[in-house]
This record gives sequence, C-alpha cells and structure tokens, in this order.
Amino acid sequence: MRNATAHAGSGPVPWLVRGGWFSVATGGAAILIPLVMVALVIGLALASWPAMKAFGPGFLASSHWNPATDRFGAAASLYGTLASSAIAMFLTVPLAFFIAVFLTEFAPSWLRAPVRYAIETLASIPSIIYGMWGLFVLAPMLADPVQPWLRDHFGFIPLFSGPPIGIGMMTAGIILALMILPYMTSILRDVLYLVPPDLRESAYGMGSTSWEVTWRIHRRYAASGIFGAFVLGLGRAIGETMAVTFVIGNNQGIHADLFSPATTIAATLANEFTEASEDLYLSSLFELGLILLLVDMLVVLAGQWWLRSIEKRRVGA
Amino acid sequence: MSLMRQSFGRLRGPDPDRVRPLNPNPDDHVCRGIQGTVRPDLGPPPKARVRCLDFFYGNRQVLFDNNLEVPSNRVTAIIGPSGCGKSTHLRAYNRIFELYPGRRARGEIMLDGVDVLAPGVDVIDLRRRVGMIFQQPTTFPMSVFDNVAFGLRLHASLRADALRFEVEQALGSVGLWDEVRDRLNAPAASLSGGQQQRLCVARALAIRPELLLMDEPTSAIDPIGTSRIEDLILGLKRRVTVVIVTHNLQQAARVSDFMAFFYEGRVVEFGPTSQVFHRPSEHLTEDYLSGRFG
Repeated sequence: MRNATAHAGSGPVPWLVRGGWFSVATGGAAILIPLVMVALVIGLALASWPAMKAFGPGFLASSHWNPATDRFGAAASLYGTLASSAIAMFLTVPLAFFIAVFLTEFAPSWLRAPVRYAIETLASIPSIIYGMWGLFVLAPMLADPVQPWLRDHFGFIPLFSGPPIGIGMMTAGIILALMILPYMTSILRDVLYLVPPDLRESAYGMGSTSWEVTWRIHRRYAASGIFGAFVLGLGRAIGETMAVTFVIGNNQGIHADLFSPATTIAATLANEFTEASEDLYLSSLFELGLILLLVDMLVVLAGQWWLRSIEKRRVGA
Repeated sequence: MSLMRQSFGRLRGPDPDRVRPLNPNPDDHVCRGIQGTVRPDLGPPPKARVRCLDFFYGNRQVLFDNNLEVPSNRVTAIIGPSGCGKSTHLRAYNRIFELYPGRRARGEIMLDGVDVLAPGVDVIDLRRRVGMIFQQPTTFPMSVFDNVAFGLRLHASLRADALRFEVEQALGSVGLWDEVRDRLNAPAASLSGGQQQRLCVARALAIRPELLLMDEPTSAIDPIGTSRIEDLILGLKRRVTVVIVTHNLQQAARVSDFMAFFYEGRVVEFGPTSQVFHRPSEHLTEDYLSGRFG
C-alpha cells in the first residue's frame, strides 16, 4: 500500500525493489563458492610460483627434500599421502561394509541404537585424540609384538620388512582407517536403509540368503551411495593431518616396506611451516599444498564421473 | 462379548446384536479350527490350510484366530478395509515378516501338510516354493534377462542355453516375450509399470512356485496394465495356487474363485466368490460389499 502511494506518480516500481533484490542476494551468496575455490587455487599458485620456477615439473618426481641445500621435491610426501590412504581404504572398505550390513540386516533391534550412537561418537572425536592414542598406545603395540611377528612370518613379502619401531606408514594407515571407519560406516548404513522395503522383501522372497540379497541387490541398488561413502572417506584420509603427523615418523623418503617412517603432504606442511625461513622453502610448501588440493579435487571429480557413468547404465532406477 | 461389541460398535452399519460373534471369547486361544467360518464346498484339496493364526507386532495383536483353506489351483482373494490385516496375513505364508524384529506369528499354516511356521523349516526352500508379488513392481537393479534368471541362478545350476530357454518360457508365460525379446539386456527399470509387474510375475514363475502371493499387485498400475495382469492371473491357475490381496472388489470378483473377507484382523467370511458376493452370510460382509463402510 505504502509502495503504491510512494510510486503513484513516478512510473513503475523499479525491478530491484519489486523483488529483484532477492535474486541478487541469493546469486551473490551463491557466487561466493566458486570465488573462494578460485581464490584458493590462485593464492596457492602465486605463493608456489618461485618453487615452480626453480624446480619445474621435476618437483613432482623428486623425493629430494633438503632445506639445508634448498632442494625440494614432492614425491616422498605425495607417495606417503597416496600409500597411507590406500592402506586405510584397504582396511576400511570391507569392514565398513560388513558393519553396515550387520546393522541393517542382522542386528537385533535393541542393539541397533547403541551401536549407532557409538559410531557417531567415534566419528566426532577430534583427530588429535586419535593421534595421541596412536603414538602412545598403538605404536608401542605394533613395535612389539605385531611388527616383529609379521616380519618373522611374512618377511619374505617386502611390505613386511624394515625396522619394527611402530612409527611409520603402517601405523599411519591403521590410524587413518580407524578414523574414517565410523564415518564411512554411518554413511553406508544410511545408504543401505534407503533400499525400499518391498525390494528387500522381494529379494528375500525369492529364497535368497542375506549374503545374496546384500551382494546382488543392495550393492547394485545402492551402488552410487556406497561409492559416494568410499569417496568421502578417501577424501578425508587424503587430507587428514594431525593424527598422521603424530605417528608417521616424518621421514622424507620412499620405502617399499610398511614399517619405515614416512611422511604425507599434510604432515610435511604441519611439521615444517614454522621452520620455513627461506623463501624457496616456504614456496615449496605452498606448492605441496596446491598438489594436495588438486589431488583431493581429482578424487572427488573422478568419483562423480564414475557415479554418472553407473547412473547412465542403470537408467532411471 | 463386551469386547466384541466394543469393536463392532465403531461401525456405522450393523446392529451389534445381530452380528454373530466369530469367536465369543477372543482371549481364549484354544484352537477352534475352521469353526466360525463357512467351509467352502471345496472341489480341489487345499494347498494351504491356515489354522488359529494369530499375529503380533511387538505386544500388539493384529491377527486373531485366522482360519482359511486355500484351494489348490484356484485364485483366493482376500478383501477388507485398509488396516484389517490382509497384507499381514499374506506375509505369514512365506515368513517374510521375520525380516523385521519384533514380529511374531502363532498358529499353523500347513502347506502340503507341513507347518511352515514350525521351527526348523528351511525358509530359503519355503520361499522358493512360495512366490510373492508386491504393490509396486520390485524389479531388481539389473537387466530384464537377469531379473528373470535371478531365482534360477539361486536355486538351479543350469547351462547357459537351458537358462536362456527357461527365461524365455517364463517371459512367454506372462505375455512379455514378444515385448522384450529385443531388449533382454536393457535395464528392467526401463520397462513400463505394467511390464515391470509382469516381469516380476515371470521372475517368480521361473522357479516354479507352488503358491503365489500377490499383495495388491495392480494398485500402482494403469488400467490397461491392470487388465493384462488380471488376465494373466486367470491363466495362472493351471500351474499355481494364487492368494491375492486386493482392495478392489470388482477385481476380486473378476479374478477369484474363493474370497475371504477380513475385518479387524479376523476372517469374517470365507467361501466361493459368487456366494460371498451375492449371498453373504454375515451382515458385516454385506455392509462392506454394499459400500456402507470401508
């Protein structure tokens, strides 16, 4: 009413006042996301420019990391990031799947709620706690008796050789696995609950066992969600910093065995930023950061691409 | 008696005093056999015989002393208002209710003389013999061919050509072969709703069940698809015994030979379809059929 009077003599109400402000506000808020993304990449790229100029693409291939001689290469950290995440995924994927299936198919109703709360609590524990536990409890246990036993019985496999000191790639992988396990389990459980009851009854109604229903029906029906859970878990493992920094040993080297100390990009960054007094040193750390960002983005993009290709094969299901 | 009056008192229709109680003392769990229901003049021997079936969701009882004889190679329809226990009753035959914690059946369901509710029954084998069709088509997330082959791969180890033959037979028996012969490898979800439902019937028939349970199989299907499925049900009698739950009275009249009317978890009346339809012996049935409630 007020508007109508105010604008009575001065033509139509301006678009911005009539409601255009709302599109502008929402659009402006939405554009923040790509802006932040671009700003991050540009900022990291600018800061790492000196290192790129100094080492070129060889930065990725060199495992030489020596602040004293101003020679830097990302290979050891990159390898550590990928290897520790791979170990974590190797341990977590089957475990998370089994736990989620147990909770949806087998667990009696009185057990489901407590286990769910336990999982959600575990998922919310700060990573520093995992790191401390890993350093003070898990690492000594691995140093004796687990790693010596593994070396004595499976030492012929190169993976299980090296110094059994409890601090290293294996410990980091296990800690990472423990950290992403509750997270992945809880997503998987939600995904499995989304299978329609009729479909589940129908599969059991054909005379299938729980395994057959899980493997042949749930796995296919919920494929996208299951894969999504794995990608999210992997993304977390790749970027996880604190717990890994505690237990991986921070050694810039690539070793074929799982016992030796190693490092990851995130651990290198966390350890060395405070010491980086030289410009080239700092710039190399920024380049590491850029690589971490790109690897994480690549994982998510590859995951989404893969998802779309399954969706296409399944058509509207 | 007071309990019965209470529950019937909720009806708008019949005078409670005129309703003959089915079970004068509902708390009395002594098995009453098929007393209280009209035993139909059964030509063929019963395929399944339900006696004193009670059913519980946790502590809440939802079926009370159900007694039924399902004649072999006939279509038996279960009708009744929503929530009267039709689907629950059906889900006892293949023990599919056991997927949900807290659900419990008591009583007897004899299938060819063996009580399927007894402990020690192999439910995998039971469900191979008792197929089930649901409201929504439950095609599995795989190709048309793999859907029909699903049960065969579980229960029979066939060579590839034999498997293909069986799949073709099953698709033919539901009139789907000519429609899908060129797209056997297409996802089942790409078929129309009616086609998907017939695919589910083909999948069930492929493992040669003896009893086929259908839970409102056309309620999510368009009219043309519905009439094709009804025709299919009529033809199924030759090879299988059918129990169909439906809320569509016309459908029950069209496809069934025998009919059971359920109300509040009880079998109110059971008999040949024409008799139940035209000369119901219970006022409650008459009121339901004439649309006075439901």
